[in-house]
Amino acid sequence: MSILSKSETVTSPAKKLRIGWFTFSCCEDSTIIFTELLNDHWQEWKKLLDIRHARVLQSHNVLDELDVAFVEGALASEEHIRYLKEIRSRSTKLVAVGACAVMGLPSAQRNQFDIKKLAEIQPLLDKFAYLPQVKKLSDVVKVDYIVPGCPMDDRKFLEVLNTALKEFKIVD
Amino acid sequence: MHQVDLSFTKEITKVEGAATLDISIKAGKVEHCRFGITEFKRFYTQAMRGKPYKTLPSLLARICGTCSNAHLLCSIEACEHALGITPSAQSQLMKHLTMYGLNIRDHALHLYLFALPDMFGKDSFLSFDENIPEQHQILHDAFAIKAAGNYLSIIIAGRSVHAVNPMIGGFLNVPKLEEVAEAIKKLEEIRPAVLRTIKLFADCQYRFDRKTDFMALVSQPFSFLEGEIVTDTGDHIAEKDFRDHLEHTVIPYSQASGYVYKGKSYMVGSLARLNLSKNSLHSKTKESAMEALTRFPSTNIFDNNLAQAIEILHCVDQSLEILHTTKFAKEVLQTPTSTEGIGIGVIEAPRGTLYHKVSIGADGNVIEGEIVVPTGQNQINIEQDMARLIEELLPQNPSAEQLQQELEKLIRAYDPCMSCASHFLKLRIAEAKS
Repeated sequence: MSILSKSETVTSPAKKLRIGWFTFSCCEDSTIIFTELLNDHWQEWKKLLDIRHARVLQSHNVLDELDVAFVEGALASEEHIRYLKEIRSRSTKLVAVGACAVMGLPSAQRNQFDIKKLAEIQPLLDKFAYLPQVKKLSDVVKVDYIVPGCPMDDRKFLEVLNTALKEFKIVD
Repeated sequence: MHQVDLSFTKEITKVEGAATLDISIKAGKVEHCRFGITEFKRFYTQAMRGKPYKTLPSLLARICGTCSNAHLLCSIEACEHALGITPSAQSQLMKHLTMYGLNIRDHALHLYLFALPDMFGKDSFLSFDENIPEQHQILHDAFAIKAAGNYLSIIIAGRSVHAVNPMIGGFLNVPKLEEVAEAIKKLEEIRPAVLRTIKLFADCQYRFDRKTDFMALVSQPFSFLEGEIVTDTGDHIAEKDFRDHLEHTVIPYSQASGYVYKGKSYMVGSLARLNLSKNSLHSKTKESAMEALTRFPSTNIFDNNLAQAIEILHCVDQSLEILHTTKFAKEVLQTPTSTEGIGIGVIEAPRGTLYHKVSIGADGNVIEGEIVVPTGQNQINIEQDMARLIEELLPQNPSAEQLQQELEKLIRAYDPCMSCASHFLKLRIAEAKS
């Protein structure tokens, strides 16, 4: 039986950009675009990025000190808000990625439901402690950069990432 | 006799979406074992009602990022059936190509980024070592295969996620000649890499046998879009009758409920498809994957990985044939022959049979709809298998970490998609409450 080898722990060389990728309520389309961007950029990013938190890529995830947190999805529960605040407090920069994080929609579509539709979903909202209204990230924390799009605009993502790589002096 | 005490709730990683493992073992006895889907519901079933039907496919694509183009095509098919629209032959070919692009990139994502790290004792695919020749090859193969599938999706469907070209009645744009040539080049280049992928998963020694019924859309030739639903017990069901044959059921040891067919749990997905229709795969695929195909029909759940690898090859071979023989020309969209109606779409999404039903009113707005996703159908099997695996492992006195690792490996073999499943699971809970 194989278990995680201890050598797999994420290392933190000074010259890498420490990033995390976090997901709240959404369809994870921007995660998929990120994994497609890896097709062309994986060799470069292996050298430049210390991916400390990304559930889609790895089991060993740490949330300690991040240079940049990329956050997709909208906020649907108090726990989402608590966790986002924690991410914010541990990250120098926070980037809202994709339409749900930036604008709330389409995850926030229930905010516009009429009384009949709301009555149908109310038992669920109560049972699982949903927020009365779905929120976008900037409703709760300071957002430094946005990458809009549904899914995220991949060129804008690369622009923001490259800005961060320069800002944190990972590249010249 | 080992008297293991273990209790943990852990996030499952390297799967599509948010899920937890919730395990409690007291004095060597499993108290509960749950595969909890922690995605928050986004209420598409309610949101679709009252929307103009033309906006429905692109709305429902947002149920899931990775399977978005499957939801898109399934919703388009449901709307086309509701309004008496027959797509042109070219549109049908482009729908096939959309599914091939989707399966190539989605299966490769699962096989390389989610499943393969387990097989090499790694935590992340990105930690594979480029200086070791085998791992160097695997890294390059993975990203080349994903990129080719992604490119095919982009030239045919406009985007690989939430595609913009497929419409009710046809495609808005067709690929340019040079794009077709580029796609052919990329697909021919990755074919040897796909063969290496098949070997990698054929050589994998993981085994978990489970007797279950398999269900898939079956046709000759092999298709993700057409055919009738067939079970390995010999039943044949027309697409439009599919939902009538499924029953909701409550899983005794879980909050969640799932679907059963004739009172029994069943499995959908690549393994089901190859178990039921390996003989209708592309002739080149059958020739090149001959040895691996002897494994099917298989009851080893881990052969779902091998089946996905073989399906990538089929998608490559079938795409090459279509791209070599088709001259794409822009067409006008087919228009409805009726103004209202009920339509059903059934397709094989990467993870299995996907069902969309829509009812469209005379005002052109959606009255109501229903969606059944693959992970919802596999849910009961997954939880039953987890319970059995724990019982098999307990005599070895496993640590919580070992247990979690082994359970996650098994769950990953099913390739569940929680973005889709959240749509399904909590809906059932809502019904149970009302």
